[in-house]
Amino acid sequence: MTIETHQPPAGREAPDWLWYIGVPVAGVVLWLVYGQLIPFSEWATGLFPVERDSHTGEAIAFFLYDVPKVLLLLTGIVFITGVLRSWFSPEKTRAILAGKREIWGYPLAALLGVLTPFCSCSSVPLFIGFVSAGIPLGVTFSFLIAGPLVGPVGLGLLYALVGWKIATIYLVFGFSIATVAGYVLGRMRLERYLQDWVREMNAGPVGDLPEERLTLVDRLKVGMEQVREIVGKVWIWVLVGIGIGAAIHGYVPEAMMLKIMGGEAWWSVPAAVVVGVPMYTNAAGVIPIVEALLGKGAALGTTLAFMMSVIALSLPEMVILKQVLSYRLIAIFIAVVSAGILATGFLFNAIL
Amino acid sequence: MKSVKVYGPGCKRCEATEAMVREAATRLGVEVEVEKVTDAKSIAMAGVMSTPGVSVDGKLVHAGGLPDAAKLDGWLTA
Repeated sequence: MTIETHQPPAGREAPDWLWYIGVPVAGVVLWLVYGQLIPFSEWATGLFPVERDSHTGEAIAFFLYDVPKVLLLLTGIVFITGVLRSWFSPEKTRAILAGKREIWGYPLAALLGVLTPFCSCSSVPLFIGFVSAGIPLGVTFSFLIAGPLVGPVGLGLLYALVGWKIATIYLVFGFSIATVAGYVLGRMRLERYLQDWVREMNAGPVGDLPEERLTLVDRLKVGMEQVREIVGKVWIWVLVGIGIGAAIHGYVPEAMMLKIMGGEAWWSVPAAVVVGVPMYTNAAGVIPIVEALLGKGAALGTTLAFMMSVIALSLPEMVILKQVLSYRLIAIFIAVVSAGILATGFLFNAIL
Repeated sequence: MKSVKVYGPGCKRCEATEAMVREAATRLGVEVEVEKVTDAKSIAMAGVMSTPGVSVDGKLVHAGGLPDAAKLDGWLTA
């Protein structure tokens, strides 16, 4: 190695001690700011020439409170998740899952789906990598469903915006759907509905990368990188979601909400799924809407069904998966996952 | 002359990786031929599961996320 390679090209590498001090300090600052959000949003709402308890005033207050709150939470959650996930990789996950044909391969795959870092843009190579390594199709599906459905961003925001009870229910049922849907899909012997070239591909050469040794500072950098990338990409969806949430909070009358999304209307659960599937956003964008819906008296089952279908089933993802799955297999996949979501929705509308 | 392949379906990070490779090669004075592999089948065949991936002279050296600048220099000068 020459001297030159030690010179970082951008010349802005922070020394290690700065990370050890900077990260806790940033955490404390964010926490202090977080505590001042209500006075801040009330003060900022007061700057608008509207009555505080008018429809518009309510909507503005909701928006001004939720935007900084969600963005702060998002930053914290993405950072912590990024650091934790640096201990996992798709390659390690594949090694763990390969050869696990036993029944607990499904819950294990769902758990690893939550912990393994992967973006939807690499879901096709990941899918092929799994299937060609001999991981059963159903186990692969459990992995792919759990990743987005029970992601830490969704759970963390749900916990902070809606409460721990509903976050726990969501965790348990999202995890169950991923496990059971994977199992059902596995039992259907769907391998023949893969695209021909995927089926014919013999176990591809496993990318044999030397194990990387990361220091704690490296992992903190991974977390920071994640924040820059994910928050930089997602903020616009957050604003749109909170905008819709604010409109619901301010303008939609409770009586109307009860009629459309109340527990009495049995058809509201399938309707929520039908509306949710084509909607393309992510957990951070949909949870402010969920918050507003529940606040207006929407039934929990219906709201959960809506949220799950938005997050777990999205059309762009289906388009990506079309490269490896036939239409028939995609249809079966959507049907099985929707069935799980419907069951969850009906169950909670019935017992609450 | 080194043959470098960048594997990725065309996401932002894949383009950034390609730019990093070209920049490092120019800076180090290493002659490289950079090829972008965007087809899902070829990506999977190369054993890449998390994109972007990088191979140098047929050997996979990196998968998942932006490569570390110092390591990239090392692969190009090895």
